[in-house]
Parts: sequence; structure tokens; C-alpha cells
Amino acid sequence: MKYLNFEEQLIPLDSWVQNFVNWLVINYRDFFQGIKIPIELSLQGLEWFFTTLPPVVVILLFTIAAWRFAGKGVAIFTLLSFFLVGYLGLWRDTMITIAMVVSSVFFCALIGIPLGIMSGRSDRFQTLLRPCLDAMQTIPPFVYLVPVVMLFSIGTVSGILATIVFALPPIVRLTSLGIRQVHPELIEAALAFGATSGQVLRKVQVPLAMPSIMAGLNQTLMMALSMVVIAALIGAGGLGNPVVQGLNSLQIGLASIGGLAIVLLAMVLDRITQGMAKR
Amino acid sequence: MDQNIKISVKNLYKVFGTNIKQAMKMLDQGHDKDVIHEKTGSTVGVQAADFDIRTGEIFVIMGLSGSGKSTMVRMLNRLIEPTAGQVLIDGEDITAMTDDQLVKMRRKKMSMVFQSFALMPHLTVVQNAAFGLELDGADKQMREDRALEALDQVGLAPYAQSFPKELSGGMQQRVGLARGLAVDPDILLMDEAFSALDPLIRTEMQDELLKLQAKVKRTVVFISHDLDEAMRIGDRIAIMEGGRVVQVGTPEEILQNPADDYVRAFFRGVDPTNILTAGDIATDSQVTIIATDGKNPRAALQRLIKNDREYGYVIDSERKYLGLVSADGLRELIDHSDREQRLTDAYINEVSPAPASASMQDILPEVAAHPSPLPIIDDNGKYLGAISKNLFLKTLHRNQPEETADADQVAVEGV
Repeated sequence: MKYLNFEEQLIPLDSWVQNFVNWLVINYRDFFQGIKIPIELSLQGLEWFFTTLPPVVVILLFTIAAWRFAGKGVAIFTLLSFFLVGYLGLWRDTMITIAMVVSSVFFCALIGIPLGIMSGRSDRFQTLLRPCLDAMQTIPPFVYLVPVVMLFSIGTVSGILATIVFALPPIVRLTSLGIRQVHPELIEAALAFGATSGQVLRKVQVPLAMPSIMAGLNQTLMMALSMVVIAALIGAGGLGNPVVQGLNSLQIGLASIGGLAIVLLAMVLDRITQGMAKR
Repeated sequence: MDQNIKISVKNLYKVFGTNIKQAMKMLDQGHDKDVIHEKTGSTVGVQAADFDIRTGEIFVIMGLSGSGKSTMVRMLNRLIEPTAGQVLIDGEDITAMTDDQLVKMRRKKMSMVFQSFALMPHLTVVQNAAFGLELDGADKQMREDRALEALDQVGLAPYAQSFPKELSGGMQQRVGLARGLAVDPDILLMDEAFSALDPLIRTEMQDELLKLQAKVKRTVVFISHDLDEAMRIGDRIAIMEGGRVVQVGTPEEILQNPADDYVRAFFRGVDPTNILTAGDIATDSQVTIIATDGKNPRAALQRLIKNDREYGYVIDSERKYLGLVSADGLRELIDHSDREQRLTDAYINEVSPAPASASMQDILPEVAAHPSPLPIIDDNGKYLGAISKNLFLKTLHRNQPEETADADQVAVEGV
């Protein structure tokens, strides 16, 4: 029985994928390089902003934001964390990471919120989108690192692209959930007073979904931060670098301080954005 | 087109489900909605509804849950798309309107008040009241002015900057009402608007509505499952059962002449009628006039005027019931009769007393037929008291004990 013999590979899916990616690289490389441009621009802008600004100003900015949105305790924690990171000699890497994370989150929001709104308003769209989101959340990032590098070459921008793939699902899901959680009576009331479909969205659904959208943004931010090390594997800069270097050369100390800085940054950004979401 | 008709519902159907064509066909063949549901899986919401709503009246659509009344009101502004039939508003068929026309009609002509209030939690009270105007693109100053004016009408102007969740249920519904009034609509659709409120607040809101209606006559379509409410505020009532409109008429017409057992069952209601007799509910709070030989119509009239009553019940010194007189009747007798005036000449002969043992159903036609409370006598012909329409209805709905006291008071005021 040929069909019960699993010794041989019957479906050569691996080589099909290989050929497909090669075909993409040969024929559409320009297109993919084009996609990089807006990401590159925003990243460069942010990186320039955070690295040229005197550290004191950056620390002040974050501390004030923490104080305004999350209270005194978080503000003090922010202040101490940034000083510690600076004294560990990781200031520049931290700034690059912030620039990377902010631009990843920006593009996630740009793509994810409209997708979430559409999936919140259409059952069919949601049914189509759901398996894609499941795949994005479950495929290990290492699987798509190779095609990303082949299409976009190595560097920070490729790192951000991989991060976007990984961090996009929460913002889409939570936006969709927020839209769906709006009471049908409120939509009915808006319609009864002559709201158009666009007005229902702008004046009822989006404002009421805002807490959920902000929670999605926070989750996306956290996931983007957790991609920092993996992104460093394909040449992205930032705090992932000391970790990867430490791994490669068995320098446990270097990897540890990189990891510590990532954790501190994650906590600071999480508390600040959660405070913003509560507003 | 009749000027007086604001909304005309013509042969309106709504079928929910996937197999609508077949369901409609079965309806045509006269199948029952339960059979249709079993065969096709589709639910008949409203069938063959046909009635007119007049300009400036409060038209109550009454029915139990599942009778299709909520579906009906949503077809009047096409929140629910009718399956077949027409809804004409000022002679225009809204089922044929484009989306743009429909949006315009909803903004200019009608507004809606909801059972669940449906206020926007992210907007302040004044922003909620201005919601309809905002959708219409009115500038900020104008819409806030009009919203404040509307809030003032319902007595909530001081709360303009609060958020809905800071207000009580009754106050929230006042905001809902203000939102409906701010756009100055011809038609106000009220979907069980007061059903979620507790009885005292509900009555208060009904009064509020009647007060507003006395100032500016709008066409109000009011959905209710509460007979008391329907009788209290309705100029006319439509009764729905199983998606069908079974009867349309004034409260008196329906009370007097129920179209079928379903309507009758409504009036039997929670049903004290089988247990309580006329003697049980009659109250001796009406004016009695003792007809001794010396009593003349003038003295009787004086007594009615002094007590501010329209009707007096004439009894003898043994409390035996003799007859019923009205203030108007007495006045007429005094003004126009030149011969010797006797009280017996003023008796209203159409009203005959009912025995105390009569059931509530027995006396229903009599109570409904006459404006005066119905006199009740015992086996020996002794006057026990009288039953007004209001007292009758209150008794039917005497679920809460505190309403009994209220009912007596209403009877004292007369109908």
C-alpha cells in the first residue's frame, strides 16, 4: 500500500514554499523593498529623536508622562529605571529599542485598528480573519524570520516587520471585541435618530470601544517588546543585541543586563499605557 | 389623503428567519404561525397589520411579550425592515425610501424613547439630549441651546453636565425623553418607555408625557404591556396578539366591546374578577343624597357643588337606593322646569344599580357604558357604594398592595 507508507515524503510542501519564496524574491524584490520605505522613515525619525535628545530630557519626558497618567509611584520607578539603564551603559540601545517598539506599535495600530473595526462590524470578515490571526500568534517567529530576511534583507526594518507580524493580533482582536461589546440598543438608538453607518461608527462604536482598543494597544506594545531579542537575530539593533551577543559568546553578565533593561522598559511602558487607557 | 392621518400602516408583515418566501406563502394560505415556524423555521413577527394613527393622538400599541408590538414600532421607522406591506408617514411610503431619505426622515420627523433608556454613557446629559441634533449637523451653540430647553421641559436642566450613570432610572428616562423632544419631532415613538421604572415614577412620567402633550400636540406611538398605562394615556389603543392587530379603538370602545377572547382576557387580567364581586370592590366614597320629603333639587345641587362632585346617589333614610342624579341634570331641571320640581325628575334612568353578588365581568359593560360610577346595592336594595372605571381597572391590576389605597383616592376624585 503506497498510501500507507510514511517512510517517503509524498507531499513536497517544503520545496513548494521554497520555490514560491524564491520566485517572490526574484520577481517582486523591488515591491518588498518599497514596503520598507515608510517603516524606515518613521524608524529613522524616531531613532534620531531619541538618540540626539539629551538623556535628561528623555528621562524627564517619561517621568512626567508616568506621573500624569499613572501616579507618583510609577514616576519614581520610571526615573530610577532610566538612570539604572544609563549607568549600565545601555542608554543608546534602550533608545533604539524604544524607537523600534514605538514604530512597530504605530504600524500595528495603523493596520490593526481598521482591521479590528471591520471584523467587529462584519461576521464574515471576522470568520476570514480569525485563522490568519491564529496563525500569526502561533507560528514561531523563527519560521518567518528567514523569508523576511530574504525579502527585506537584514537590519532593523526587517526586525520591525517581523515584530509587526507577531504583535498585530491583540490590537485587532481587542478592537473587534470592543466594537462588538457596544450594546445593540445604543446602536439602535443612534440609528433611530438618523445616524448614518459612519456616524454610528464615529459617534458610538469607536468611543465606546476605546478602553478595549487601548488594552489592545498595551498588549501589542508588550508583545513588540518581547520580540526585541528575536529581532536582534536578524540584525536589528537595540537591547536585543547585548542579549544575543551574550548568548553567542557565553557572556552571561552581558545577556543579563540586556534582559534586565528589557524587563524594566516593559514595566515602565506597560504602566504608562495602562494609565493612559484608564483615562 | 386624509389630513388627520399621520401614520398609515397598510397590510404590514414581518417574517424573521431564512425561509421567508415559503413562510409568506403559507401565511397566504392561512396557516397558523406555529405551524409555519415548525415547517419553515421562520418566525412570524407581524402579520396583516392595517391601521391608521391620527395626527396629535397618543396611540398605544398593547400586547403581551411576543405579540409583535416591539417589531411593529420598529417598522414605523424601519429599524426593522418590513417583509411586505407599506408604512405611510404623511402619505409617503417609508418602505420605498432610499437610505438617504430614510436618514433624513428619522432626523426631521421622528424620534424614539427606549425601554432601556439607551443613553450614550460617554456623553454628558446635555450632549445626550443634543444627540439627534448633532447627527443632523447642527452647530454646537444651537444644539446645546435646544438640548437645554428640552432638558428644562423635563426638569433636568440642573443636571446638564452630569453623566447618565450618575442619575436614577427615572431621571435617565427623562433624559431619553428630552433627547426625543430636542429634535422637535412630529412623531414620538415610545417603546415600553416607562416599563423599566417603578410604579410611582411610572405614573409620574405618564403625567409628564400628558403635560407635554397638552402643550405641543405630537403624534405619540406608545408601546406598552400595561393595561393601566394604556387606559391612562391612550387616546386610542391597538391590541396585538401573536403578530396580529386584533382590535383598534378608544379605551371605552375596547372595554365595552372586546373583539375576542384574547382582548377580554386582557381585561380579566391577573384576574381577580372570578373571585371578587361588585360588593367587594364598591367604595362608599361618593356623595349620597338622602331623599326625605323636604329635599328638593336645589339642596341636592348645593350638596354636589359643595363636595365638588358630578354625581350624587339618592338614598332614603334606610339607605335604600333610589336613583342617580348629576349636577348638570339638576341644573337643567332647575333652569328649565316651571312646574314643581321633584328630585325624581332628575334621575338618570339609563343607570341601573348592580347587585353586590355580581362578578366583575358581569358589571364590566355597565361600568364602561356610563360616565358615572356604577351604584351597587345589596339583596335588600340597600346602597353599598359605587364603582368607577378607574377603580375597576385598579382592582384588575391590584398586584401591589399599595395601589389599593391609590385606587380609592382616584374613585373619590371621580372619573
